[in-house]
Amino acid sequence: MKRIYLDNAATTPVDERVLQEMLPYFTEKFGNPSSVYHEAHEAKFAVEAARLQIAQAIGADAKEIYFTAGGSESDNWALKGVAFKNRKKGKHIITSEIEHHAILHTCEFLEKEGFDVTYLPVDSKGLVSIDDVKKAIRDDTILVSIMFANNEIGTIEPIKEIAEVVKAKGIIFHTDAVQALGNIPVNVKDLNVDMLSMSSHKIYGPKGVGALYIRKGVPIVPLIHGGGQERNRRASTENVPGIVGFGKAAELAVQELDANMAHMRELRDALIEGVTTRIPQVRLNGHPTQRLPGNANFCFDYIEGESILLSLDLIGVSGSSGSACTSGSLDPSHVLLAIGLPAGVAHGSLRLTMGRHTTMEDINYVVDNLVTIIERLRKMSPIDANSPIDDTVYDHKK
Amino acid sequence: MMEYTDKVMKEFQNPKNVGELKDANGIGEVGSPACGDIMRMYLKISDDGVIEDASFKTFGCGAAIASSSKATEMIKGQTIEQASKLKNSDVVEELGGLPQQKIHCSVLAAEAIAAAIEDYNSRKAAQA
Repeated sequence: MKRIYLDNAATTPVDERVLQEMLPYFTEKFGNPSSVYHEAHEAKFAVEAARLQIAQAIGADAKEIYFTAGGSESDNWALKGVAFKNRKKGKHIITSEIEHHAILHTCEFLEKEGFDVTYLPVDSKGLVSIDDVKKAIRDDTILVSIMFANNEIGTIEPIKEIAEVVKAKGIIFHTDAVQALGNIPVNVKDLNVDMLSMSSHKIYGPKGVGALYIRKGVPIVPLIHGGGQERNRRASTENVPGIVGFGKAAELAVQELDANMAHMRELRDALIEGVTTRIPQVRLNGHPTQRLPGNANFCFDYIEGESILLSLDLIGVSGSSGSACTSGSLDPSHVLLAIGLPAGVAHGSLRLTMGRHTTMEDINYVVDNLVTIIERLRKMSPIDANSPIDDTVYDHKK
Repeated sequence: MMEYTDKVMKEFQNPKNVGELKDANGIGEVGSPACGDIMRMYLKISDDGVIEDASFKTFGCGAAIASSSKATEMIKGQTIEQASKLKNSDVVEELGGLPQQKIHCSVLAAEAIAAAIEDYNSRKAAQA
């Protein structure tokens, strides 16, 4: 059965061109970039070339790009590194309720370490209010971190406008751009951010590598101490093949951005149109227009998300959900709760995120089958707003 | 997906006894929308205390649907006394196992049946 992969927000397959770039660095050009000999030079050269590719992808200087093991590490470093470095100046951090757990759980950790964190609410579309940011700033605020685009509901935050407010007060501003890079234009000069997190495996690069953009002059301590790699700021022998792959993936992502955005937007809009017109009692989560071009997130009343995913998987489609059952916790997604959905409704969520390989046939197939899947699950469900007696009667003569 | 056994997947794809029993005389419901799990069990119990028929309606994940479906199959034809002894581990065994984090679905199914039996008993008591 042909698989239709619609969970690109979770991870992406490595692009063939990226894979080819990486291969020599496993067995031929395998040297440790810090060493003195020939194999080392080749590796070092490749790391610096990738650094430049990443820098160019976001409008930064190569010296401002630091490689990490992924988006989570970048988020951790940005928060902890700035918090610990600046704690004499202040102990207040501002973030939002819909950040990725890499930000939220790090904030919770920092709270235990004596920092004060304000978690800004979002509106029903997932937008952070610039006014709320303004009001939340205190004399002892040392850091603001707001994600560029949300991974679950796709809402794109007004980062440039928020940066204006934050920078006017001279406070360090970080944004988690893990979902934004490759899907919308990302330019650090234009946005005026001090730090920005990136991840390779979301843009058809390999897993296990990411980067943190740190503007020149931002006071930050390392997370990982050891050898002097990454200009003494992030120790550990460089993941050369990973870094090379990431660099290539970033270069391709930016080169192909316009075409990619147009392609995904077309598919996403067809999916949203199909689902919302052919299936009753469904809502679209996130902002209708200020959203990632490839993200669709729905809530279907009266049914639960994991059973939808299971049904889709059986017909070859991969998606994700914000239900408690899929996250393994007791609560549904914190993002869906933050936009004001009741828990019961949040459990019935489905996130489908398109990618480079998605076709319109795929979308049509998914919509057609979703109609049947939702109908079947609804027939099984005891809840229905219309009336307490549902018309599915068990025929005990069968 | 979710490492479900073949039996669970089969049950999920082809659940037995789905729907409402129009002449049910014992109905039990457990769970809530907020929990992400609701199971409603319909029982038709004869005058001499035998479960003639059983059906279910479930809002929940694959394991929840499979568990409630399987539970209705297991108690059909049993006496109330036998059905009251249904343990969640019995349901899990019939399903060939459930992932650790899904065991509670089988517990809910057993509880829904207990609730339906209790409903039948209180209706009977009220009539007496």
